[in-house]
Amino acid sequence: MPEFRETTLSNGLRVAAEIDGRGYSAAFGYFVRAGSRDEVDRESGLSHFLEHMMFKGTQLRSAADVNRELDELGGQSNAYTSEEQTVYYATVLPKFQDRLINLLTDMLSPTLDENEFTTERQVILEEIAKYEDQPPFGAFERAMEVHFGPRGLGRRILGTTESIKTMEVGTMRDYFNRRYRPENIVLAATGNIDFDALVAQVDQLTQGWSQRPESATPTSDPDGSVPSGISLEPRIVTSDAQQAYLVGISPGPSSTSDDRYATRALGSIMGDEGGSRLFWELIDSGRAEVATLWPHEFMNEGAWFTYMICAPEDAKSNRRLMQEIIQNTIDNGIKAEELKQTLSKATAGAIMQSERPSNRLFGIGSRWLTCREYLSTDDALDCLRSITIEDVEKAAKKYLTTDATEIIAAAEDAPAIH
Amino acid sequence: MPWLRTAALSLNLHAGVHREPASLGGLSGMVCEMIQRGAGQYGSRDLVAAQDNLGIDRNSGVSTAFVSFGAAMPSESLKAAISLYADIARKPHLPQDQLEDARMMAVQELRAMQDEPTHRVMRRLRELHYGEILGRSNYGTEDGIQNITQEDIRDFYQTNYHATGGILSIAGKVDAAEVIDWAEAAFGDWKTGELHELPSPQGTASYEHFESASSQTHIGFAFDAVPYSHPDYFKLRAGMGILSDGMSSRLFDRVREKRGLCYTVTASCHSLKNGGGVFGYAGTTPERAQETLDVTIREIENLLADLEISELQRWKVRIESGLIMEQESSASRASSMASDFYQLGRPMTTVELETLIESLQLDDIRNYWSANPPQDYRIVTLGPNPLTIPESPESTAV
Repeated sequence: MPEFRETTLSNGLRVAAEIDGRGYSAAFGYFVRAGSRDEVDRESGLSHFLEHMMFKGTQLRSAADVNRELDELGGQSNAYTSEEQTVYYATVLPKFQDRLINLLTDMLSPTLDENEFTTERQVILEEIAKYEDQPPFGAFERAMEVHFGPRGLGRRILGTTESIKTMEVGTMRDYFNRRYRPENIVLAATGNIDFDALVAQVDQLTQGWSQRPESATPTSDPDGSVPSGISLEPRIVTSDAQQAYLVGISPGPSSTSDDRYATRALGSIMGDEGGSRLFWELIDSGRAEVATLWPHEFMNEGAWFTYMICAPEDAKSNRRLMQEIIQNTIDNGIKAEELKQTLSKATAGAIMQSERPSNRLFGIGSRWLTCREYLSTDDALDCLRSITIEDVEKAAKKYLTTDATEIIAAAEDAPAIH
Repeated sequence: MPWLRTAALSLNLHAGVHREPASLGGLSGMVCEMIQRGAGQYGSRDLVAAQDNLGIDRNSGVSTAFVSFGAAMPSESLKAAISLYADIARKPHLPQDQLEDARMMAVQELRAMQDEPTHRVMRRLRELHYGEILGRSNYGTEDGIQNITQEDIRDFYQTNYHATGGILSIAGKVDAAEVIDWAEAAFGDWKTGELHELPSPQGTASYEHFESASSQTHIGFAFDAVPYSHPDYFKLRAGMGILSDGMSSRLFDRVREKRGLCYTVTASCHSLKNGGGVFGYAGTTPERAQETLDVTIREIENLLADLEISELQRWKVRIESGLIMEQESSASRASSMASDFYQLGRPMTTVELETLIESLQLDDIRNYWSANPPQDYRIVTLGPNPLTIPESPESTAV
């Protein structure tokens, strides 16, 4: 059985690990409380831009050194930014633990060199352009912006072309000093790791982190205004899209809500690919390419997403059908065999996930960062087994709605859905 | 793999896209869909319920040569799963009243792909690279899908679904002797049939542009290369690793990191049994697209100019780490065994592959790339404006 261990270093940095000596690999990640919801307008896109800059060199290493050393350690390494956190992670063979921790820890003290900043700005602008061309053409970002408002949780992760073009390296340095403080960071580790060596090494390498200069909280943005480059139109016109893309968003349970397991089971019964209420009515029948829904938990709020892709001329009738299925579930609940099927699937999924340390890392790191809580695979299986029909039906009444915020991306001549 | 709690199977039958009549593009995919709409004692929904209750994480689909079914699950479900997949392959109901649903589903998938610019570029590139039959889309064509009849479905199934050449690979927490007995019981008395080899690749150097008011210009490029079964394959692959595997690889470093020309730039090997290629992609805003293409092609052509041993060493560590970590997943081991079985006629052990990788020297890369220089590029772009295509000396001479 894996063993959980954790500690808090004297500088405030937390270390949390699920140790399993039988593993072939070891996964490590720094989880930082820095996401788009922590930004103000003039910082829009900065958490993500900063994530890129973390690979661009330190006092000890050039940008090329960082990339080269990551490759020398073989495994899989990368980073991502969400609304609430930025994560830097790698999976390597256990023999590389020491070298990897040395490198990852050093990366978190970047020089933020101005020339590198200017070059990387172009890469970010390309990333924004890339997503503009891809389905669903910004519909999820727009849904978040309209539902939560264009600031806080609704602030788009990549920023806007305008905010990135005008970003200054000084603003980034201030943001870094404000958010990348040891008390805002968790180092998580899973798999075949040496915990005592890890703690000793990180303790020594992060001595200087508590001396990072204090950075003032920026003045908040004017209430009621819309940041530059942002639109709150529910209709996105895509020049030559063949399909229509419909995104709906409404409130869901947060990551600390007791409803979250039942709500996930409800999402699976309603929306799973390959066998669910929406699947049988809309996908299996060929009415839509995608018709699904799922809950997304944030720290202190939550969202329900619905998503449908179909021919523009079928969007109106498919939307009505989807609403009927939702209403029917609110009114009449679910069947025992549906719950059984969903729980068997989820249980098997959790067991399969647990076999790779790299899969376990993200749940453990995020949970420790936001809630200081550890859930073993067996704990998660117990939670699944305890879900009752009543729990799921209660969640359906509480969270399912036919009155969601809706965004549609489609060609200009697509018929209206209302 | 007794250290795991799971087992996985990969079932591959010679009923892929190359067996479709030219006028019925999409037939193999629709047959793959139809055979899962009820089989043996199960109706369409019962089949899904049975799979879910066994905890099977599954996928299925067609490729040029094969129709493939993958299933990963807690190991205690394996016996039942083998028998379930034997039902799907051997006793499908092919319900006529669901043909229109399956057809609509196929049309939906095809249309969704049309909205992905990267997919459109790489799709056309594949056609230019391999020619009509080997370059076909796994999703078929709109006309083809509309023309398919119930009789076509039945004929294709009866002709192409049989034991000959089929590959069932299993990995995970299993007892090999026991598993072979289960497979024997499920598939041992299945009928044999005729095997059809893939036709030869028929691509030529070419350039095509799709005009689109897109934010980026999407660039796809391809050139000939040896397939996985060729003795020189890993010499090619090591060179490609130096070019495009990892964050210190040349394309990532020199096109993205040093110049900031794009977010995505990548190139990798692709293999059929009897032909192969290198396929690459870069996406960049229109005003920088020409420079991106020029720099990318230049880096490929200059691979040998400043090769360093450290580049090869980094690639070796990456491959070897990947091989060791593959031991953590029954699904990935089952699928690489099936692929080896098809390409080489036998599965390669991890140790054998490690030894082969370790033995590669810089001179191996030099020899392969000098004897097989990238040429006769197939290039496809999508964006506001076409690009000027660099002419390599070899293709000018033709």
